Amino acid sequence: MITIDKVSKHYGSFQVLTDCSTRVAKGEVVVVCGPSGSGKSTLIKCVNGLEPFQSGTIHVDGISVGDPKTNLPKLRSRVGMVFQHFELFPHMSITENLTIAQEKVLGRSKEEARAKGVGLLDRVGLKAHADKFPGQLSGGQQQRVAIARALSMDPICMLFDEPTSALDPEMINEVLDVMVELAQEGMTMMCVTHEMGFARKVANRVIFMDRGRIVEDDTKEAFFANPRSERAQQFLAKILQH
Amino acid sequence: MNYEFDWSSIPGALPFLWEGMKVSLEITVTAVIVGIVWGTLLALMRLGTIKPLAWFAAGYVNLFRAIPLVMVLLWFFLIVPQLLKGFLNLDPNTDVRLTSAMVGFALFESAYYSEIIRAGIQSVPKGQVSAASALGMTYAQAMRLVVLPQAFRNMVPLLLTQAIVLFQDTSLVYVSALADFFGAAYKVGDRDGRLVELLLFAGAVYFVLCFSLSQVVRRLQKRMATV
Repeated sequence: MITIDKVSKHYGSFQVLTDCSTRVAKGEVVVVCGPSGSGKSTLIKCVNGLEPFQSGTIHVDGISVGDPKTNLPKLRSRVGMVFQHFELFPHMSITENLTIAQEKVLGRSKEEARAKGVGLLDRVGLKAHADKFPGQLSGGQQQRVAIARALSMDPICMLFDEPTSALDPEMINEVLDVMVELAQEGMTMMCVTHEMGFARKVANRVIFMDRGRIVEDDTKEAFFANPRSERAQQFLAKILQH
Repeated sequence: MNYEFDWSSIPGALPFLWEGMKVSLEITVTAVIVGIVWGTLLALMRLGTIKPLAWFAAGYVNLFRAIPLVMVLLWFFLIVPQLLKGFLNLDPNTDVRLTSAMVGFALFESAYYSEIIRAGIQSVPKGQVSAASALGMTYAQAMRLVVLPQAFRNMVPLLLTQAIVLFQDTSLVYVSALADFFGAAYKVGDRDGRLVELLLFAGAVYFVLCFSLSQVVRRLQKRMATV
């Protein structure tokens, strides 16, 4: 589904990504972790072309992301993305947030988009908030709306960029529950997250990044039981200490 | 020195003064509308990735912001009427002063509006564009549906304040002897030898209008701050 091959990226002389390669198969859940500044968010943003990269290739469903001839908006409409800071549109109601792209990008009718949106809102447990505005919801609720918004486009895969790191601890689980459910339904997912509980529960593979390189790319069993690199061992020791 | 105020020439002149006020308002409204539309386009060009357009917009804005308004108006009074008459084969006696005033103001104010709008666009977090793009929107859709509505909501007080300044500046059309509100008041005062009274009256009208509008702006700002 997603093939990343020898991707490198730099801002001026600063190297952000170096020779990153990995694959995410259909139905697979891959968790990307690593210390801050290791390039995880940049890597996941390269997958739908939000961040350009200078060398290497990324293919999503066989389409090259870096190719200038690729219709990026069209490709992105098929790849769902959830951001750290939710990024709901504050000037639109929750329902409008869920319908705008369906109508303007996919050309669905108002009724069809609305039915789809309300259905998804129900699924993330927020049907009662359909007419509110994002500012009236808690962070956890906003993030669940953001997930529903991404799902409204019927994506072939989902990218999560630290979806819980801007949330109060009490709200993390309501978001993770939605993500677990999604994973169990067979959605192809690539998640940048520090939630190792989530990784243990649903991930097929774990990728560990450090200083722009993928230093570990293994099944979750192998990763948690016996990380090969010293850096990953240290990271796990720190993160799992408490 | 004993100056005897005599306000008697004002009531009779009210219809004429109202005609002048209509000219002032017409120029203001036209310049605000054109200024916002053209200013938005300039701001988008300046922020966009197409270099020649960005240069053009930057040049335009810097040029108009570095020239006194009254000079721009004079150029337009002197040049535009000639051009218009030449292009459209108008009767040499057609009065195009109002049109040229509108064009002059609109082009001049666009430069200021574009700076306000540029700041407004930049005040919208970058993540909003990312989110819109991630949903498959094109750059134009992201701007139109997501960024500009938020930017304009943040900008309403500034845009209105600029409109108030603009309304006061319309009095500068007196350089072309066009009878806007100020020009009309001046003419009446000059005719009746009551310039002091008429200018005081005109000043009072400008003050009441602009002050009440700026109070509206203050209320708006307060309301937006609490939302």
